[in-house]
Amino acid sequence: MEKPREFNPSELMHEYLRQKKKFPHIWCSGCGIGTTMGAVIRAIAGCELDRDRVVMVSGIGCSSRMPTYVDFNTLHTTHGRPIAFATGIKLARPELEVIVVTGDGDVAAIGGNHLIHACRRNINLTVVCINNSIYGMTGGQASPTTPQGKIASTARYGDFERAFDLCDLTAGAGAAFVARGAVYYARQIEKLVVQALRKKGFAFVEVVSQCPTYYGRFNKFKSPVEMLYWQRDNTVNVKAAAKTKPEELEGKLLTGVLADRDYPEFTELYDKLIADLAAGEK
Amino acid sequence: MVLMQGNEAITRGALDAGVRFFAGYPITPSTEIAEIMSVELPKVGGKFLQMEDEIGSLAAVIGASLTGLKAMTATSGPGFSLMQENLGYAYMTEVPCLVVNVMRGGPSTGLPTHPSQGDVMQARWGTHGDHPAIVLAPSSVLDCYVLTVRAINLAERFRTPVILLPDEVVAHMREDVTLPEKVDVVDREAPHVPPEWYYPYDDSTTDVAPLAPFGTGFRFHVTGLTHDRAGFATTVPAEVDRAVRNLKRKMDRFRLEIIQVERVHLADAEVVVAAYGICARSAEAAVMQARAQGYRAGFVNMKTIWPFCFKLVERVAESAKAIIVPEMNLGQLVREFDRAVCGRTQVVPISRVDGEAITPRQILDVIAELARPGGTA
Ligand SMILES: Cc1ncc(C[n+]2csc(CCOP(=O)(O)OP(=O)(O)O)c2C)c(N)n1
Ligand code: SF4
Ligand SMILES: [Mg+2]
Repeated sequence: MEKPREFNPSELMHEYLRQKKKFPHIWCSGCGIGTTMGAVIRAIAGCELDRDRVVMVSGIGCSSRMPTYVDFNTLHTTHGRPIAFATGIKLARPELEVIVVTGDGDVAAIGGNHLIHACRRNINLTVVCINNSIYGMTGGQASPTTPQGKIASTARYGDFERAFDLCDLTAGAGAAFVARGAVYYARQIEKLVVQALRKKGFAFVEVVSQCPTYYGRFNKFKSPVEMLYWQRDNTVNVKAAAKTKPEELEGKLLTGVLADRDYPEFTELYDKLIADLAAGEK
Repeated sequence: MVLMQGNEAITRGALDAGVRFFAGYPITPSTEIAEIMSVELPKVGGKFLQMEDEIGSLAAVIGASLTGLKAMTATSGPGFSLMQENLGYAYMTEVPCLVVNVMRGGPSTGLPTHPSQGDVMQARWGTHGDHPAIVLAPSSVLDCYVLTVRAINLAERFRTPVILLPDEVVAHMREDVTLPEKVDVVDREAPHVPPEWYYPYDDSTTDVAPLAPFGTGFRFHVTGLTHDRAGFATTVPAEVDRAVRNLKRKMDRFRLEIIQVERVHLADAEVVVAAYGICARSAEAAVMQARAQGYRAGFVNMKTIWPFCFKLVERVAESAKAIIVPEMNLGQLVREFDRAVCGRTQVVPISRVDGEAITPRQILDVIAELARPGGTA
């Protein structure tokens, strides 16, 4: 694989952020969203994408505020629907690089249907889901990824429901590329997003993140740093996992590239149809 | 002259007006529109997408429109209900698009294969918050074509979603039509300034703020949050006030250009029948028969139902002694007549909600009741 472009990170931030217009940002200190934003920007810069052609689309939530701050074509849509908006953009103009940034509630609860159908449709989008296991923006209610038994503002006695494994879900629904990173490993997120951007087809990257303000406080984490250590201690890279005893993997989240396969891509099929019709071949 | 169905005429109008993107989810009685678009769009280099639901359909349409394509969807009652949130998003972000809602009986799943005009108020106020609305109602197959072209032109000109509201009868009936050989097509205004100076919501120097397509170097922000002229969220009271009022102001300023009503025999009319959609056809037939029998009856066909033709109704109220408003609902648009007339004349609703169209006979009976032959009441 081609090596991503090298750069000076601070220079890069000046180049890609709407720093004069939109700062300070809304995120709490210790939140994992900013770290993820840095990784996404480095990945975009690393792939040397022309920023006039980059469209960042999001739904509603703390995670979904990311497009506000980055200097691309940016679209902050309705709760749960960013993949559907992005699908329209991508099909209309396949030459645009369309990146969806979303949260666990946005993509897996209200937007769950769009997520699985986008996997199946295999349209060339990159979806980055910042999974903090909670509804951050609305004050810490339970989400489809809140682990069973954990506390949320609508699950004060512990959440009864089992959590979705978003990577299993998307791989099962047929996504061409599925990967998981964690904020603790910020450089890894960047590499995974680079791979996702280069993948021709639907690519899903889950970023295990921390919401110290709600999830952390409710579940007795003393600090954001403690939450980052939790990420370090509860994730195993797939490559290392292959050499680890199954009992040691119990309850651990696998990180790295979890699925990578090729299916015909939707916009290419469509463009071929248009060309065939024009040539009188259908 | 060709024999054509209303839904088919809608697709012809859309293609002739330059629509190159359709996303939708099948629902009776609008499905033919999606089926035809799936065949025709790729032939002209356009794109068709069947989404997983109507929420996603309108989302995809708005996304496509932001890249500069003329885009539309078509649905019916239950799907139109699902579209309301993203419809509000399109109003708020001022993204042009066409939503066709072929009205069937409601509420809920209602009467999928029978006509109704039950969505007239939903088309005006279905999404939350203060917002303008342009809603057009065809009453013939030719209208389906002409008003679709017009709806798309209005959407592009005023940077707003436009709703076409045919009823099931108009959408499914077949008539002989001669389509115009050429239609006027309006294209979206592009920015006149370089990207550094571009404000996507600044209409201080143009009728409507120009909308730059994504991918052309303008790199701006779009949000459903109340935003300033640059497109970024704001809670500054003066900016919020301006944002909300501006949406309405845009429509108020061009009200006369948007409202289109057909008037027949109003000059001497004692009783005026005001209708839209298939009811306008029955009304026209009833008025002609009434005149043949010596009643001084007149007729208004509201091709634009929103914004409502207040001025015209106010004028009619001065001269006519009764306005009959036939609707296939329990009395929706008739409330606007009451508001415009303010008791100056009698407003008589005719309602029908049994899944059948209002007949000329039904209307004629009411005309006869209200006016004596020959004139003075
Ligand atoms: C239709 C709709 N329902 C509910 C909401 C309220 N709401 C805003 S953000 C949010 C949850 C966001 O959770 P997530 O996607 O995990 O984002 P986070 O804030 O955790 O990053 C909800 C329920 C809304 N904006 N729209
Ligand atoms: S509420 Fe949670 S997710 Fe939202 S910004 Fe604060 S820490 Fe981050
Ligand atoms: Mg969340």
